Amino acid sequence: MNYHWDWGVFFKPTGIGSEIYLDWFMTGLGWTIALALTSWIIALFIGTIIGVARTLPNKIIANLAAGYVALFRNVPLLIQLFIWYFMVPDYLPESLELWFKQDINPATSAFISTVICLGLFTAARVAEQIRTGIEALPQGQINAGLALGLRLPQLYKDVLLPQAFRIIIPPITSEFLNVFKNSSVASLIGLMELLAQTKQTAEFTANLFEAFTLATLIYFVLNMSLMLLMRKLEKRVQVPGLIALGGK
Amino acid sequence: MISIEHINKWYGDFQVLTDCTADISKGEVVVVCGPSGSGKSTLIKCVNALEPFQEGRIIVDGISVGDPQTDLPLLRSRIGMVFQNFELFPHLSITENLMLAQQRVLGRSADEARDTGLKLLDRVGLKAQAAKFPGQLSGGQQQRVAIARALAMNPIAMLFDEPTSALDPEMVNEVLDVMTELAQEGMTMMCVTHEMGFARRVANRVIFMDKGHIEEDCSAVEFFGSPRGERAQHFLSKILHN
Ligand SMILES: Nc1ncnc2c1ncn2[C@@H]1O[C@H](COP(=O)(O)OP(=O)(O)OP(=O)(O)O)[C@@H](O)[C@H]1O
Ligand SMILES: [Mg+2]
Repeated sequence: MNYHWDWGVFFKPTGIGSEIYLDWFMTGLGWTIALALTSWIIALFIGTIIGVARTLPNKIIANLAAGYVALFRNVPLLIQLFIWYFMVPDYLPESLELWFKQDINPATSAFISTVICLGLFTAARVAEQIRTGIEALPQGQINAGLALGLRLPQLYKDVLLPQAFRIIIPPITSEFLNVFKNSSVASLIGLMELLAQTKQTAEFTANLFEAFTLATLIYFVLNMSLMLLMRKLEKRVQVPGLIALGGK
Repeated sequence: MISIEHINKWYGDFQVLTDCTADISKGEVVVVCGPSGSGKSTLIKCVNALEPFQEGRIIVDGISVGDPQTDLPLLRSRIGMVFQNFELFPHLSITENLMLAQQRVLGRSADEARDTGLKLLDRVGLKAQAAKFPGQLSGGQQQRVAIARALAMNPIAMLFDEPTSALDPEMVNEVLDVMTELAQEGMTMMCVTHEMGFARRVANRVIFMDKGHIEEDCSAVEFFGSPRGERAQHFLSKILHN
């Protein structure tokens, strides 16, 4: 194969303002990080609530939570995104619908849809980990908390969740990394995140291999740094006698 | 103080407890023993409603445990419980273990909870371990902390479910000593245990269970004396020869 690699391409002007192609990548990376972090916060918050709900003695609540998990885990992410982006806005109250479709710019509406979609999808996966973590704790811990007179919310907040979180750090790390990868679905509704910028650079310059090599490198460095960060967190909150559940 | 009246309990079709009746007065120490699977843990957990029961009544300090109106967390906070596997909270330091329920349940301030906790920790001889985590303590030490944690709530009675059976033999006595001291101070105690030496020395009464039923309920002197049921005799001879 006689492909002529040209790494200088990233420093060439794009022809739009004074931008060079590298700027596109940085803008894309910015969107990717913003998408992933916002989605992750939603996922952690809702996932914890759903995961806890699945372990509650109240069967109705537990079953509703199980239904949530089944629904959001089994419908393909892309379909969920199209529902949030194309369908849901039509069913909003009129003022909200107009705001979503006309007042805010397309990038913002794509961002909102993706973040809701990815947040709720990942929440279902986080919920499963939280549930696994809680169920891995000995029944004796629950009994000990109850015997001291703790009420259910206190039992969860002070006894069960702090332990469950510690033991699920490895599997939850891989969910965290998945959010970054999955955030690329936003490119399909026109949000210029990292993957979309890569494709655009490839099309504009015909330097396809360079563009995708750089994107790969960025995703890789991003993932490695996040993994190291999570390892640090795991070390920091480690306590003697609590063993983490295996990651994937 | 604790009155157990005609308790029947089933797990599905299987009857775990059959017509169990027993009374524990204030200041009394009652040892519950019997073969494995005879329902001792189940019975003791019924007393603080960790296990529900279908028939009968349990009254603790005038309050009916099975009554749906009863504020169970409040009732439980007044009864201390010590478990076979200690069940300290592994993510909290020893001091935090002692403080948690005092603050959350009794609404004590952090200072007050810490003072009370450390005093009790000193009492069980573990003041030096205050800053450690449960995983850094031996089994015997953990169980003493667990007793201190229960005492920090100023309980009106204490329940023990085989507090020494998960311990290495050399640590059994340090826990039994704390329990003996507690009994001598007049604590009302219901102890599931196979430590017959402890029962003989400390217990006012011994309850012997078999197949979910209370077979014997008599003074310790009687229980270890001559006339008693065949099953209890068989159980005793087995346990004393180990
Ligand atoms: N959650 C449960 N579901 C069904 N059966 C149970 C349950 N818990 C206990 N059992 C059964 O109830 C019976 C009594 O159990 P329990 O734990 O009270 O016995 P025990 O006297 O404390 O025995 P051990 O000395 O082994 O602790 C046993 O046959 C046990 O298998
Ligand atoms: Mg038992």
